[in-house]
Amino acid sequence: MVKGEVYAYLSYLRAMLSVEKLQHSYKSGASIGFPDFSCEKGAHWLLLGQSGKGKTTLLHLLGGLLTIQKGKVRVGDTCLNDLKRAEMDRFRGQHIGIIFQRSHFVRSLTVGENLALAQSLAGLPADWDRIQLLLDQLNVGHKARSKPDALSQGEQQRVAIARAIINRPTVILADEPTSALDDENTDEVIRLLEEEARSVGATLLIVTHDNRLKARFPKQIQL
Amino acid sequence: MNLLKLSWKNLAHKPLNTFLSLLLFGLGVGLVIFLFLLQTQLQEKFDKNLAGIDLVIGAKGSPLQLILCSMYHVDSPTGNISLEEAGPFMRPGHPLIERAIPLSLGDNYKGYRVVGTTHAFVDLYQAAIGMGRLWEAPMEVTLGSNIATELGLKVGDSFQSAHGLVNDETLEHSGSDAFHVVGILKPSGSVVDQLVLTPVESIWEVHEGHHKEDAHEEDVAEPKREITSLLVQFKARNYQTLNLAREINKNTNLQAASPAIELNRVYNRLGVGMDALQALAYVIVGVSALSIFISLFSSLRERRYELALMRVMGASQLKLFSLIVLEGILLASLGFLLGFVFSHGSMHLLAGFMQESYQYRFTGFNLLPMEGYVLLGALLTGFAAALLPAIQASRTDISRTLATS
Repeated sequence: MVKGEVYAYLSYLRAMLSVEKLQHSYKSGASIGFPDFSCEKGAHWLLLGQSGKGKTTLLHLLGGLLTIQKGKVRVGDTCLNDLKRAEMDRFRGQHIGIIFQRSHFVRSLTVGENLALAQSLAGLPADWDRIQLLLDQLNVGHKARSKPDALSQGEQQRVAIARAIINRPTVILADEPTSALDDENTDEVIRLLEEEARSVGATLLIVTHDNRLKARFPKQIQL
Repeated sequence: MNLLKLSWKNLAHKPLNTFLSLLLFGLGVGLVIFLFLLQTQLQEKFDKNLAGIDLVIGAKGSPLQLILCSMYHVDSPTGNISLEEAGPFMRPGHPLIERAIPLSLGDNYKGYRVVGTTHAFVDLYQAAIGMGRLWEAPMEVTLGSNIATELGLKVGDSFQSAHGLVNDETLEHSGSDAFHVVGILKPSGSVVDQLVLTPVESIWEVHEGHHKEDAHEEDVAEPKREITSLLVQFKARNYQTLNLAREINKNTNLQAASPAIELNRVYNRLGVGMDALQALAYVIVGVSALSIFISLFSSLRERRYELALMRVMGASQLKLFSLIVLEGILLASLGFLLGFVFSHGSMHLLAGFMQESYQYRFTGFNLLPMEGYVLLGALLTGFAAALLPAIQASRTDISRTLATS
């Protein structure tokens, strides 16, 4: 019994992403509670749940997009609760990569410039070699100079992956990254997502209700 | 990828909107600056050529025309007056009059007016001899500096004048004697720079020659000694001098016009037009500010998601605020630049036209301190137009925006 608690505590210490007694109340008055969990460094997790279970809310709380009302979220050694708003923005830019269901970009910029923007907004210098390398790895290297609007859904999602990992984040959060993709693209995008997450040693958490993914990820959290 | 570059890319992404905003802003600013330029230069010309002249005496007619013709050399004379009539005012020792300088107009050389006058005229405008000397004998001329440079005339050259005040070669006094250039004045910045100065007698001589030529038509027995007008400086300005002008207008065939009064009248008339144009200019600037505001605001709706995304990528609220403000200020600066080029360009074109029609020099290439304030005003306008959209942008609710994609 004591031993079990010690193990839990140790894994909590090793955790790159952990959630403790997290609760969120919506403006409508509805309140939602989330199970405690922690993901160790470099692990890939699937967060499953039907619509309305607060998947997106949880992801926004983890990414610091929503203010944490109750409970704690830790990313690496940092407790998100402690960060002021501008600090949170900076921390997010440097340590958390987020991929959304539908990828959006700054439309006036090219694909390459969008990635450079991700670097400079995080306070890092633009590294064009890395940008090109990354796009090449994701098979969209030839689109570096195109405007995002000219890309297909699958291509856009791959660029979104590139953007999420460009700053070598500690944690990558993906919100339904495959729901708009067909089977072929889904396989490809997930494979690349895992590959890239592994290459930067990031903890990957995919929020989804896509059953196609269940078989690929043994580590799952059910909401 | 700094903010300035990003804001530029955002503007360039919507070329039509940007173009419209720029054009409007440029037009407004351009008109504001143009009016400043025009007003300043007109006033400068008027003031410089005032030269301490208190009264102009000439033939009856429009007083403004008399002033414009005798002092600014733009209008035609109201007529001539006989030397006899003018004589009393030119008498040394007149109780009120310090000096009266005769002018005899009616000829030109390639559009530049030939003015028969005395050496006092040169003193009046504080012009100084640059090369050669002042005229002494009839048919000798001293040139204003612009003429010498524009027409490439040197001391020792000679030319024939033409009748009338505008350039028309068919009216050349081909039969009469030629004028000889004996000197060239230094640039004075006044109207003297565009005049051909000669003794009054030269004009009479040229026209007598003219008359001789047409002897069969006219009686040449006694050529009339006439002048066009007198430029008068008083010893002191008081009620007696006011009376003098009134007396001349009432009791003689002459007309006395006061430059101060006539110019005031011109300023007042121009003033109304200028004020109206200025109001129009500010309205255009206002409308263009509104167009910047609207285009930024409407672009926010489309860019909601990408603004939220920038926050996700680490941009602070201040950064989004700055981005939108920068877009407004960038538009305003470019608009100012356009207006600047626009106004100085038009002034340059106008200067060419003024030079051709009136031999007056204006320039499109001078900078007024006022333009610094216009720039400041333009930047403030851009800032003000972008303020609300910028606040809106910085308040983007990232979570909700991203959740409702």
